[in-house]
Amino acid sequence: MRLATYFIVGVIAYIVIDIVVKGLPAISWEFLTSPPRRGGAEGGIFPAIVGTFYLMVGTIVVALPLGMAAAVYLSEYARQGRFTRTVRLSIITLAGVPSIVFGLFGLGLFVLFFGFGASIIAGSLTLACMVLPIMIVASEEALRAVPQYLREGSLALGAGKWQTIRKNVLPYAIPGMVTGSVLSIGRAAGETAPILLTVAAFYLPNLPNSIYDQVMALPYHLFVLATQHPDAEKVRPMQYGTALVLIALVLGINLGAIVLRARFRKKYRW
Amino acid sequence: MVPRQVKELGIAYVLMAASFACILIVFFIFLFLFREATPFVAKPGLGTLFDERWIPVSFQQQRFGIYPLITGSLLVTFLATALAVPFGVCAAVYIAEVARPKEREFLKPFIELMAAIPSVVLGFFGLVVLAPVVKAAFNLPTGLTALTGAILLAFMAIPTITSISEDAIKSVPRSYREASLALGATEMQTVWRVTVPAGLAGIVAAVMLGMGRVIGETMAVLMVTGNAAVITLNPLRSVRTMTATIAAEMGEVTYGSAHYQALFWIGILLLAATFILNIVAQRVLRSHQRY
Repeated sequence: MRLATYFIVGVIAYIVIDIVVKGLPAISWEFLTSPPRRGGAEGGIFPAIVGTFYLMVGTIVVALPLGMAAAVYLSEYARQGRFTRTVRLSIITLAGVPSIVFGLFGLGLFVLFFGFGASIIAGSLTLACMVLPIMIVASEEALRAVPQYLREGSLALGAGKWQTIRKNVLPYAIPGMVTGSVLSIGRAAGETAPILLTVAAFYLPNLPNSIYDQVMALPYHLFVLATQHPDAEKVRPMQYGTALVLIALVLGINLGAIVLRARFRKKYRW
Repeated sequence: MVPRQVKELGIAYVLMAASFACILIVFFIFLFLFREATPFVAKPGLGTLFDERWIPVSFQQQRFGIYPLITGSLLVTFLATALAVPFGVCAAVYIAEVARPKEREFLKPFIELMAAIPSVVLGFFGLVVLAPVVKAAFNLPTGLTALTGAILLAFMAIPTITSISEDAIKSVPRSYREASLALGATEMQTVWRVTVPAGLAGIVAAVMLGMGRVIGETMAVLMVTGNAAVITLNPLRSVRTMTATIAAEMGEVTYGSAHYQALFWIGILLLAATFILNIVAQRVLRSHQRY
């Protein structure tokens, strides 16, 4: 059993180390800050970094308020009943929908029906729908961890329900909610399939001007370089460099969330 | 000033609306998948999907048979599950029952970190590192096979399986273990004959959720399974999965064509499969929470 466990650990470590070691030589200031040239064979990945950043911001702007509000409702207001059961079933269903199906959905609803075209806004909305369940579940957990007596004390002093939540529950739950949302942007940053159909551009050295523009994105750029480029062997350093930037971004976000959680746990111990 | 009661009620409704959005999104997913897919029913007809050949682009006759895509997905999914279950469950048992506390604190987050690695990065790793190994090991013309995809996907399923199984094993009451040990069973006998069977429902649910993740995985399989739409049970052949078909062909298809609609039908099928897997897994999980 120990062998099996450490075999898994070893493989994970091997994957990460392989990408770090072979990716590092490709990383330079120029690689990070200049646009790709000659179809991605030269130059850098700056537009892809910017594109991924915009998508992360767009996703969080949509998903964070919606996810937090839904979590507050489920933990503080909801009573057992058909509505609550249906909401919970929807969250479970959303969590299990394959990412490519989210892509099809985003294509059908945002790109075509709303007429946004392939754009940052269509991609962000699609990603937001995808990360919503993660955000709700994490936020609800954070709210439930706040001890009941904090609510009772406030209510006993004559505060209203919302006053109680805002002054005496949310402040203690926010750290947990932040951790959850950080984890979900990490997920959004790494996803390729949903943005494939809703936003990502093959090759677009210029930066976007509005939220109705297409952008390049790191995961899609890696995919294109690795599989669509006519001379895949030659652009291998570029591929490894892009993979390293992506993995550093995603793992960095996740580690950040873990550190945040540990720090807040120490601060509030009930 | 708005009276407090009115404000309170207003806020309650706003929060309720946010929850309702979840239901709405699920409803819209089904609605818009069907909206794009329905014209296919009239022409060329749903029957054309039940066929053995997937030749969506052709000058003579297009064929939209999804059997090879389904067998491709199933082959990769079952292979990946078969590889992932022994490792995932062993790791869960080890972390829950054997590992020292310090070790546990390191192992669980580390394996969960695996779930955070983007699938396109894993696919890239599979393409560059794993595929040549598979090619050399089995002396094949190409390393892009169902097996290569399954190995990668096994590593994507392991974090899910390990994490949820570990929770299930940990939730088995201490009294079970103590009773078994008191009767003179060894540590290992207790783990495999008492604790694991008692947590079995949770482990089964974990495996099902892991399978749900595998069957819906797109980028890694697109990059390493070779994408040949053939019906085969040979893990050393190239296959094409349902997810990879959508991802690969959606970019080049004409909007509203029969091919486009056929891809949406594949999406509906995927959605239905993961939906059922998830619901059953949740049922199993809930039946387990009786302690």
